Amino acid sequence: MNNPATRPNNWATTNKRNTVRLGYWTLAWVATMAVATFGPRYSWDFATVPTILAFLVNLGMGFGMIVANGRYLQGLDELHKKIFLDAGAFTLGVGLVCGLGYELLENIKLISFETEISHLVVLMCLTFLAGMIFGHRRYQ
Amino acid sequence: MKNRLKVLRAERDWTQAQLAIELDVSRQTINAIETGKFDPSLPLAFKAARLFGLAIEDIFQDETSS
Repeated sequence: MNNPATRPNNWATTNKRNTVRLGYWTLAWVATMAVATFGPRYSWDFATVPTILAFLVNLGMGFGMIVANGRYLQGLDELHKKIFLDAGAFTLGVGLVCGLGYELLENIKLISFETEISHLVVLMCLTFLAGMIFGHRRYQ
Repeated sequence: MKNRLKVLRAERDWTQAQLAIELDVSRQTINAIETGKFDPSLPLAFKAARLFGLAIEDIFQDETSS
């Protein structure tokens, strides 16, 4: 049997490639989101055709990012898949409960300011990050 | 679930990283299995059994059955 130290780790190579690919798609999605958000206001004065084009390109990049994320998940080994899925499930629960609770606070006039979807996105990102950190520490 | 992965690895003088390469998983996964924090899937258990030339039950034992 060959010494495993002399052979490349396929899992690590695949994971690195998928991570880089997901990073590029995420950057592209964020960049096109910025163009679709600020372009109409500061660049082409809300002209319909470039606005629709910017929106469609952003949507396309978003779907590309979703596919890249799926491939990233499939490329993980079974422990990391479990950590990722546990963090995702926790995030989904927190997002649903806190998102609807936050909306309710405004509806029943317990808060005076307007609720923003971005607040929910930030909460979900932080929850997912905390879930991933907790998962990695748990199996260390 | 108990397992003899650490003993079998030590007999071959392999590090966790080397075993991880053999089984195509991360070193963290090997560590989690060895410390009993994570139970491997059936395909990974078969792969480990093939690698060490043993039956699955010679490597992994159900704690409730012993």
